Amino acid sequence: MVGMGGQGIVLASDILGEVALAAGYDVKKTDTLGMAQRGGSVVSHVRIADKVWSPLIKEGEVDLLVAFEKLEAARWSYYLREGSVAIVNNQSTPPLSVSLGTHRYPGDKDIEDTLKRWAGRVCFVNGTHKAEKLGDLRTLNMLMLGCVSSFLPIDVDIWKDCISQRLSPNILKMNMAAFDQGREEMSSANLR
Amino acid sequence: MKKLLSGNEAFALGAYHAGVMVAAAYPGTPSTEILESIARFDDIYAEWSTNEKVAMEVGLGAAYAGVRALVSMKQVGLNVASDPFMAASITGINGGLVVIVADDPGAFSTQNEQDTRHYAKLSKVPMLEPSDSQEAYDLMAVAFEISEKFDTPVLVRSSTRISHSKSVVVTNRSLVTSAKQASFKHDVEKYVMLPVHVRLRRPLIEERLVRLTAYAETFPRNHIFWGELKLGVVSSGVAYQYAREVFPNACFLKLGMTYPLPQNLLRQFAEGVERLIVVEELDPFLEENILAMGIKVAGKEFIPRIGELNTGIVEEAGHRAGLVAEPSRRKIALPQGLPGRPPVLCAGCPHAGIFFVLNTVGQRSKLLDARGKAEEEGKLIITGDIGCYTLATYPPLRAMDTTACMGAGIGQALGMEKAGVGSKVVAVIGDSTFLHSGITGLVDAVYNKAGVTIIILDNGTTAMTGHQDHPGTGISAKGKKTEAVELERLVRGVGVDDVKVVNAFDMKALRSAVRSSLDNTELSVIIVRGACSVRLRKRSGHRAVDMDKCDGCEVCLRIGCPAIQKLDEQVCIDATLCAGDACTICEQLCPKKAIGPLTAVGESK
Repeated sequence: MVGMGGQGIVLASDILGEVALAAGYDVKKTDTLGMAQRGGSVVSHVRIADKVWSPLIKEGEVDLLVAFEKLEAARWSYYLREGSVAIVNNQSTPPLSVSLGTHRYPGDKDIEDTLKRWAGRVCFVNGTHKAEKLGDLRTLNMLMLGCVSSFLPIDVDIWKDCISQRLSPNILKMNMAAFDQGREEMSSANLR
Repeated sequence: MKKLLSGNEAFALGAYHAGVMVAAAYPGTPSTEILESIARFDDIYAEWSTNEKVAMEVGLGAAYAGVRALVSMKQVGLNVASDPFMAASITGINGGLVVIVADDPGAFSTQNEQDTRHYAKLSKVPMLEPSDSQEAYDLMAVAFEISEKFDTPVLVRSSTRISHSKSVVVTNRSLVTSAKQASFKHDVEKYVMLPVHVRLRRPLIEERLVRLTAYAETFPRNHIFWGELKLGVVSSGVAYQYAREVFPNACFLKLGMTYPLPQNLLRQFAEGVERLIVVEELDPFLEENILAMGIKVAGKEFIPRIGELNTGIVEEAGHRAGLVAEPSRRKIALPQGLPGRPPVLCAGCPHAGIFFVLNTVGQRSKLLDARGKAEEEGKLIITGDIGCYTLATYPPLRAMDTTACMGAGIGQALGMEKAGVGSKVVAVIGDSTFLHSGITGLVDAVYNKAGVTIIILDNGTTAMTGHQDHPGTGISAKGKKTEAVELERLVRGVGVDDVKVVNAFDMKALRSAVRSSLDNTELSVIIVRGACSVRLRKRSGHRAVDMDKCDGCEVCLRIGCPAIQKLDEQVCIDATLCAGDACTICEQLCPKKAIGPLTAVGESK
């Protein structure tokens, strides 16, 4: 899972790990965070198997890339395994160097082409827009988790249990709606 | 019970189950969450100490008093705490004292890459190393037992990838040790390190090391996993996990204790395999110590000594050593030409305004080339420190010339001034960092009649490590109200006459405070006060750009605010990031008055 500090990636990958554990797998997850609290590039590695050694995924061995921002999707595309899946939130946030004019933000086509060098399938999701419509942008991480759940052979009740355990009751309903929205996005994309 | 825990959470739970009574720390990535997690247990006294030295002394006092104590810090924290730590080695303890030190290979959030294992050798203290969260949990009980059995503090080395990885932990309630009652036994020959007592203690320390070495031979967590005899791998910590993946059939000697080393066990292992290698992160610590035993071994010839390892790097190294086939993975071309996304000061950051002023007053954008170099001395020299504000080194703010370690900027400023630089020297330091180790520098500046300006950036928290409280906030590690050290009283109290307190979001006031301090040839202190924007509960009145008034001058972009973005030749403000009424720096700076609250500006964009 990749994106920017402040997008709730660490929580989302935590929950993914807990879901995998509850479903009986061995799991390791690790976050690579920048220095600051907000805005820097964030990467969470989650490995799920019968037995996991390294917490870090090897380059070229990612089965599922979940990108919360498009430039970050392109940046980490070299981790993708041939024939893998990339779920990409349709959000462009230019880093400072783009705003200051020293760098150019890549075009949508470039981003898709970069991902398609390895990914067998690239699914763009209007996650930010949908999360905003649900009433809170901060539900984006649960929406993306909903997308992820469509690709893993784990019962949806386990997902919902784990989410319920991690989120406080007053924000649960909205986040669960975001999770369902994510699942719907993937089913309407007719992916399975 | 099975849980998914980070290494840091596992350390805390393990220490709790081992009957720890006192825990002390200063925040530092990647170690911070150890104390945060342990502070949640009601029956443990947990504190954020002013700095790691004090934390170590608190732990040592508790251990002298007979209870189990835990001290945690990042690797450079042990430099600060090394004085009491070395003392702890020679006095020994009474209740167990365990010191967790988290290394940062790859320097994700540190000013260096030092390898803490050298401290074990230097201090003649045993060191344990977990390789996942389960071991982090298990080793706590073991560490306290060793500490008490051998009358020594015990070092536990973590790393970013242990502390900040989550893995499955099975907790064992039957191992829970009940806490001991505090009771200090007077013993001046043990606890008062007068030279004459040091001479009594020294032989005991050497004897302790001999007994520890013997203990290491049968220590169950130094374990041989026999496999194919062609290759034997000695490893520890997270490096073990990478090595297991790359050499799935090899023999492994996994070391849970990396100092002192078990000579006989190593010899037995070496004799049992055709070829012996060490896979370790950072320095060749194991390798050199094994070589010193006269055992033939290779390691850093193939394995990088710089940076964090991973499975791919160990695989490449294994290939260079002729141990595995060339990695079958395809050549991976890094996506070229993508703009980076380095960490930045957040939108609404209370540090942005003052650094904007320092940038303009010091004419820094003109002075520095693209790599931040200049042949000529600028109008201002800005000595910096450790904190979020170190990010003001980057464009567009570019207002920092040095960063060495906690508190260093004040002494450096004094040194530059006394050396006779022609420019005014300004030291910049955060509130938590100032309390950590800026006060002694300030006292030195008063005493030695410095003519520098010290700017204390008071955002009321330890922001970069995730908003821990400190002595200035008036809230304890347990979340309870306590005394707050008032910075302006402290600064005036040590004898600074020119002390100004300025609102971090008032650009006019910031500019005039800086100008007047620069004109003062004597020591001056500016306290820039404004809350960290990440902690804002409610955001209101986010700003927008009136495109009819905007002439594209880009002054607003020079704040470096991530909410102010330029895409397709248009400047706009990201409403989801903007701190709004709490900040307004861009609105104050816009020469065309094109920025205002969204309601006033309208939806003109």
